[in-house]
Amino acid sequence: MPHQTIFEKSRRGRTGANLPECDVPRVDAAETLGAGALRTSLPLPEVSELDVVRHFTGLSHRNYSIDAGFYPLGSCTMKYNPKVNEKTAAMPGFAGLHPLQPEETAQGALQLIYELQSMLAEICGMDATTLQPSAGAHGELLAMMMVKAYHAERGEAHRNIVVIPDAAHGTNPASAARCNFKVKGIPGNDSGRTDIAALEKALDGNVAAFMLTNPNTVGLFESDIRRICELVHSVGGLVYCDGANMNAMLGLTRPGDMGFDVMHFNLHKTFSTPHGGGGPGCGAVSVKKILEPYLPTPHVVKSVVGDQATYTLDANRPQSIGRIHSFYGAFLLAVRAYTYIRTLGARGIREVGENAVLNANYIRARLADHYEVAFDNQVCMHEVVLSATRQKVQSGVRAMDISKRLMDYGLHPPTNYFPLIVPEALMIEPTETESKQTLDHFIDVMIKIAEEAKDNPELLKTAPHNTVVSRLDETYAVKNLDLRYEPIFTATE
Amino acid sequence: MASVPSDLKYSRSHEWVRVEGDVATIGITDHAQAELGDIVYLDLPEVGRILQQDAQFGEVESVKAVSELFSPVGGEVVESNTGIADTTEVVNQDPFGGGWLIKVRIADTAELASLLDAADYEKFANEHGGH
Repeated sequence: MPHQTIFEKSRRGRTGANLPECDVPRVDAAETLGAGALRTSLPLPEVSELDVVRHFTGLSHRNYSIDAGFYPLGSCTMKYNPKVNEKTAAMPGFAGLHPLQPEETAQGALQLIYELQSMLAEICGMDATTLQPSAGAHGELLAMMMVKAYHAERGEAHRNIVVIPDAAHGTNPASAARCNFKVKGIPGNDSGRTDIAALEKALDGNVAAFMLTNPNTVGLFESDIRRICELVHSVGGLVYCDGANMNAMLGLTRPGDMGFDVMHFNLHKTFSTPHGGGGPGCGAVSVKKILEPYLPTPHVVKSVVGDQATYTLDANRPQSIGRIHSFYGAFLLAVRAYTYIRTLGARGIREVGENAVLNANYIRARLADHYEVAFDNQVCMHEVVLSATRQKVQSGVRAMDISKRLMDYGLHPPTNYFPLIVPEALMIEPTETESKQTLDHFIDVMIKIAEEAKDNPELLKTAPHNTVVSRLDETYAVKNLDLRYEPIFTATE
Repeated sequence: MASVPSDLKYSRSHEWVRVEGDVATIGITDHAQAELGDIVYLDLPEVGRILQQDAQFGEVESVKAVSELFSPVGGEVVESNTGIADTTEVVNQDPFGGGWLIKVRIADTAELASLLDAADYEKFANEHGGH
């Protein structure tokens, strides 16, 4: 009985629960609620407990995760999440907290938030941090709201332009536009970095901010970053760092020292909290002093009387842009990230950055003879962007075909077709947690696929062949969007 | 290789223009549709909208990405090919024919001089792989 939905496994009258006799008087729902409020059918699956266990265990076996195998999904930093994170997050003192319980009974939790805020500020060279945003894009939005408040308070509300490189994550222009800023895109230069002349041309007294990812979305360090920040500051703009690629810089260099005024972290990338099924994430935002008054409330602050430290939720911040999350953000993610940082220590944090960069360059060096490397095979940071243009010209094999073929070998594909400025992009981010043996295995498979692309392109164009489902019809899926499964009940046995 | 009809003009953002009288028919090139992959959604302007040259007039969404559409000439939109909303695959299958996107009444024919001819566009497209 493979590949059946739980509805197809349903048999009338089968049940997984054995409820006791009702010991209160029965009420006629039609009489109480009105007959019109009752459904005539509620097609829920009728299955035994064992059916349910087998169904979901079977589905879980088809999942692919970092715990199951290599996951080089560029820009996503799919590093291993140490299990000790789960142990601390499950401690009853953290897991059992009520968000409304009195501050004096949650001092440990508040201390953890405060210390994580401080550690993140130290890691990125800023002055203050909030853990409220739910994701990187939420952090971008918060940053743009603070930038807006900052300019408005200085009597410069006319600043309505945010400059963004054309290789940026799509969320950057979306966040700026959401705050009513006009987005001005600038092209990159031939080395895959910010074109200084184009930036200078885009800058004037109407610019509120420049948003830049560093290392950028091509996996290259913006080597002119100090000059870039000076230029933006010289016209009164602020510089925002999209911290999606912070993993490459951990313990090695700090955005705050480069001149950035505000940045977000993705705790679910850099600090090993789960990416989850779309959430919850944490897009912590760190700022320089000039933006600190605008941080969302409540903000955890520390006060010391004698040798007694007290942590409080400060909601009395008149310049704050307000609340952007219920309560204090995803607190248990903070526990995991805190655990990660404290487990590694300063030296370990630096080794994360070093090994993330080393691993990406190892892959780059070994694959450079077999694939084009975007922007002339330079030394990269934590991720390497290959281009399948050689395969496309040779045999019509495209990046997507290579990715599908990787699945046949039990490997998760890299990010495809991003950044948009690189044709046939394959963006590979191995992270620091993979061994040389795992990297070699991946590289060997990639070389084999490059040979298959020459000798048997059809094999790639029709891949995957060894997976539970073969190539999906993405076009049909997009054009016939149907998110609601409606069971057809015919089973009567 | 992608087809590049010789009787059309081309923009560097991979749109084509067919000029008949004072009306320009505009679409995306064969090269562009091949790079984008299967097109699943089109956002086209309403008739009457005034476009400047190189202004964004809509969006094309494929299974790979969303791309902006830029008008190779300025003028008023006199027709919009909204009839292909549910059959967007026609842009992939027939980009220079049934897959046209808008018709614009040209404001200033001098603007046409900045566009590429077929030979130059082919050269440009080969050098710039992406859309």
